[in-house]
Amino acid sequence: MEYFAQQAINAIQLGSIYALIALGYSLVYGVLSMMNFAHGDVFMVGAFACLLLVSIFPVPFIVALLAVMVITALLGVLIERVAYRPLRNAPKVSAIITALGCGLVIQNTTLSLSPYPRPMPRLFESVPFEFAGVTMNTLQLFIIGVSAGLMVALDFVIRKTDWGIALRATSCDRTTVPLMGVPVNRVISITFAVGGTLAGAAGVLYSQAYPVVGASMGALIGWKAFVAAVIGGIGNVRGAVLGGYILGAVEVATVVALPSTWRDLIAYSLLLVILIFKPHGLLGSPVQQKV
Amino acid sequence: MSALRNFGSSLAACRWAMPVLAVSVMLVAVIHQQFGLFNGYVEFVLITAGINIILCASLNLVNGYMGEFSVGHAGFMAVGAYAAGLLAVKVLPGATPVWAFPLVVVFGGLVAAFIGFLLALLSFKTRGDYLAIITLAFLMIVKSAMENIPFTGGPRGLLGIERLTTLPQTAAWVIITLWVIRNLVYSKFGRAITAIREDELAAGAMGVRTREAKILAFVVSSFFGGVAGSLFAHQLQFINPATFDIIKSTDILVMVYIGGVASLTGSVLGAVLVTLLAQVLQPLGTWRAVVMPLTLVFLMLFRPRGLLGLREFTWFLPGRELLGRIKEKLS
Amino acid sequence: MKLPLILASVLSVAVLAGCGKKAADSSSAVRIGLNVELTGELPAVGASSKNAVELHVAQINAAGGITIGGKKVPLELVIGDNGAKADQAAATAQRLLSQENVLVMVGPNASSCAIPASEIAESLKAPMISPWSTNPKTTVNAQTGKSKTYVLRGCFTDLFQAGVLAKFTLTDLKAKRAAVLFDVASEAPNGQANLYKETFEKLGGVISSFETYTTGDRDFSAQLTKIKASNPDVIFLPVYYSDVPLITQQARQLGITAQFVGSDAWSSPEIVKLGGAALESAYFCNHYSTEIATPAAKKFMADYEAKYGHAPDDVAALSYDSVGFMVKAIEAAGVADREAVRVALASIPSYEGVTGAMHFTPGSGDPVKSAVILQIKGGKFVWVANATP
Repeated sequence: MEYFAQQAINAIQLGSIYALIALGYSLVYGVLSMMNFAHGDVFMVGAFACLLLVSIFPVPFIVALLAVMVITALLGVLIERVAYRPLRNAPKVSAIITALGCGLVIQNTTLSLSPYPRPMPRLFESVPFEFAGVTMNTLQLFIIGVSAGLMVALDFVIRKTDWGIALRATSCDRTTVPLMGVPVNRVISITFAVGGTLAGAAGVLYSQAYPVVGASMGALIGWKAFVAAVIGGIGNVRGAVLGGYILGAVEVATVVALPSTWRDLIAYSLLLVILIFKPHGLLGSPVQQKV
Repeated sequence: MSALRNFGSSLAACRWAMPVLAVSVMLVAVIHQQFGLFNGYVEFVLITAGINIILCASLNLVNGYMGEFSVGHAGFMAVGAYAAGLLAVKVLPGATPVWAFPLVVVFGGLVAAFIGFLLALLSFKTRGDYLAIITLAFLMIVKSAMENIPFTGGPRGLLGIERLTTLPQTAAWVIITLWVIRNLVYSKFGRAITAIREDELAAGAMGVRTREAKILAFVVSSFFGGVAGSLFAHQLQFINPATFDIIKSTDILVMVYIGGVASLTGSVLGAVLVTLLAQVLQPLGTWRAVVMPLTLVFLMLFRPRGLLGLREFTWFLPGRELLGRIKEKLS
Repeated sequence: MKLPLILASVLSVAVLAGCGKKAADSSSAVRIGLNVELTGELPAVGASSKNAVELHVAQINAAGGITIGGKKVPLELVIGDNGAKADQAAATAQRLLSQENVLVMVGPNASSCAIPASEIAESLKAPMISPWSTNPKTTVNAQTGKSKTYVLRGCFTDLFQAGVLAKFTLTDLKAKRAAVLFDVASEAPNGQANLYKETFEKLGGVISSFETYTTGDRDFSAQLTKIKASNPDVIFLPVYYSDVPLITQQARQLGITAQFVGSDAWSSPEIVKLGGAALESAYFCNHYSTEIATPAAKKFMADYEAKYGHAPDDVAALSYDSVGFMVKAIEAAGVADREAVRVALASIPSYEGVTGAMHFTPGSGDPVKSAVILQIKGGKFVWVANATP
C-alpha cells in the first residue's frame, strides 16, 4: 500500500512538471494555431539559467526561481519576435519547421557550450519525512505545491483579467479581434512570455528534483509534455493540466508494472488511441472548418 | 517556323536526356564496382547520398505534393531496415546471395508499405496538425517497439548484417524511385494528390477520389522509405532503434525543405547538399548541429518553399507534360 | 532560378574533387587514426582518450619519431569524432581508414561504438585497438563466434570484470544478497549486469532484484522502490558515470542503506563532481590506480598532469598504452603496411605499459590484465585491492 502511495507522489510530481510545460504549448496553440516545438528547449534553458545564476550570485532559492522565470519569459518573447512573427501569415508548415529549427539551434548551441552534464547545486534543503508509512521529502511537496499554485494563478488570470479575456478572444477569432481594439501582437507576446515563465519554473523545479542538467533535457521532457498537451486537447488550458497529470501517472505506472523500456511505447500508444477516438484530445473541441 | 523547330529540338533533347543520364550513372557505378574508381570513403558518401535521395523523394510525395506534414518518415525507414535486416540475419540461412538482395530490399519496402497503409487509414479522420502528431506518435511507437521486442535485438540493436549495399544497387534504386514517383505525380492520381494539397474539401466536392489518392501516396512513400531503410541497414551492418529517432526525421525534413517541396529535382538537390554538408562541416564538431537547423530557419524565413520548390527541371518531365507546356507557351 | 542549382553543382564538384585528392597524399609520416567520443553522451571519455594519445604521440615525436626500417619517421595523428553513436562511429571508421588512409585505428572506447567500428576495421583488414571497450563482442565475430583477426582491445573484458566483482561482493564485502540496476539500452552495462548475475549466482549468492532502465531516464524511484523491498546488502550499478549520481542520490533519499558497487564505467573523475555525498564509500572496479603506480606510470601521471592540469583517469592510461602497443608493433613490423603490422601484433607476447602488463594469447584479441578495486572516499578514488586473473 505504501509502495503505491509512494509511486502516486512520484506520478503527481512528474505530472506537475509536464503540466507546467504543456500549458505553454496549449496557450501558444490557442492563439496562433501553431505548435511551438522550441518550447521544450525553453524549459532546458530555464534549468541552465538557474545553474548559471547561482554560480555567479549566491542568491536564495526563491530569488533564483523568480529571476529564471523572468529570463525564460523574455526568451519566449524573443523567439516569437525573431522566428514566428515574420511567418504569421505564411503557410503553417513553415512556422512548424521554423519552430523545430529554433529548438534544435537552442539545444545544440547549449550542447556546444556545455558538452558535459553539470551538477545542480542543492538550493532547496529537502527534508525527508514519513507520513502514513510513506517516505516523502519536502522537495516533492514544494514542487507539487508551487506547480499547483502557478496553475491556479494562470486559470484565474485567464478567466478573470482583461488579458485573459483578450487571450481567449484571440484564440477564437484572430482576424476579427483587432477590430475590437485588442492589441493582438501584444497579446501574443504576453502569451509567449507566460508560457516561457511556466517552462522556466518547471526547469528550475525539475533540476532540483533531478540535479543533473544536460542539454538534451529539453528534447526528452519537451516532447513528452507536448504529448500531454495533445492528450488533453491542445489549445485548451485545463486540458493541458489534465494531460500532464495523466501522462505522469501513465509513465510511473508503466515503470512500476513493466520494464522501463516500455514507457515510451505505452505513452505514445495511449496518445494514438485517444486521438483515434477523440481526434481533438480529451477536452478539446472540434474546430469548424468553413468551406 | 524557327521557333517551333527550336522547341521541337529541345523537346527531343529533353526526351533523351534523362535516360542517358540514368544509364551513365549506372555505368559509372558498375565501373567503380569492378575497378574501384573511388576510395571507400567516397563510395560511402555516395551511397549515403543515394539513400538520402530516396528518403527525400519519398517524403516529398507526402509532404510536398500532398501537402501533409508527416514527421514519421524515419519510422518507415526503421521498419524497412529492421524487416530487411531480420530477414537476412535471422530468417535466411547462411549468407545472403547477391541476387537475393534486391528481393530482401523489396521485402523491407513491402513491410513498410503495409504500415504506411495503416497510417493512411488513420489519416482519413484527421487533418493538418493532428496528422503531424499522429505521425510523430507512430514514429515513437515504432522506435519503442523495436526496443522492446527481443527478436529485433532490443535497444542494443541488430548486429551482423552483411555488407550488401553497393553503389550499383543504390544507383538502381535511386533511378527506380525517381522514375516511379515522377510517373505517379504526372498521372491521374498525381493530380488528385496535388488537388488534396490545394484544397481537400473542394477536391472531394469535385469528385476527386481523395481516399484512394491518400492511400496511394502513403503506401508509395512508405515503400520507398522502407527501401531506403533496407539499403541503410546493409550499408552500416548494424542498426539500433536510437538511430531512427525524431532527429533522423528532422534531417529528412531538412533535406526536403532545403531542396524544395513538390519537386523531384529539389529532392535530389536537397539530399545531395545535406549529405555533403554533413561531411564537409565535420571539423565544426558540435557546431555542425547548430548550422544545419539555423540554415533551415533562415530558409523558412526567406524562401519557405525551398530552393526549387514546386518547380521541376524540364528534363524530369514526361513527354506528354512537356508537350502540354510547350503548347501553352506557343498559344 | 538557375542560381541555386549552379551553386549546388559547384559545391558538390568541389567537395568530391577534394575528397579524391586527399587519398593521394603520401607523406613519409606514419598516420594513426583516433576514433573517439568527443561529443555526445560521453565527452569525458573521449577527451581523456584524446589527451593521452596526443601526449604519447608528442612524446614520441619529440624523440624524433618512430623507427621504421632503420629510419626515424614522425607520427601523425588523425582525429575523428564518433559522437558516442553507433552509425557515426562506423562512418568515422570508414573515413579514417579509407579516406585518410591511416595505418591503424585507436578507439572507439564505448562498446556500442567499438562494435560497429570493429566490423569496418575487420572488413577493411586494418588493425584496430579499443582502449576501453570491455564488451566481449568487440573482438569476437558475431556470426562465427571466433576471434576477429584485426581487432584488439587494451583492457580486460566484462567476463573477467564480472568475476572479480562477484567474488569481491561475496568474499570481501561478505554480502549474500545483491540487487542489480542497469541501463538495458546500452551495450556495456547490459553485458556487465548479465555476467555479474551469472557469476554471482554460480558462486552461491542471491540476486534479490534485477531491474532495468533506459538511457536518458532520470527518475529511478519505481525501480529503486522495488529494490528496497527486496532487501539487498549490495546494489550493483554497472552504468556509465553520468547516471550514477542520480541513482545513488535517489536511493539514499528513499532510505536505502545498501552498499553501492560499480564497474569500470564509473571511472571518470566527473562522477565525484556530479555525485556528492551519496557516493561516499562506494566501490568500483577499475583498470589502474594512481596509488600503486610503477615508475613508468608515475612518469605518465606527472607528464599528463603537467600538460593538462589534472590527473589522468583509466581511459587516459589505457589509451596511452594502446598507442604504445600499436607503435611497438609498427616498429616490429618495419614497414607501414597494415598486414605486416597485424602479423607483428600477434607476435608480441607482452607489453609493459602504465596500466601494468598486457599479455596476449595467440588467436585472441583480449589481453590478460589485472584489475583494481577502488573506493570513493572524500571525493577521491582510493585503492583497496588488486585482482589478478
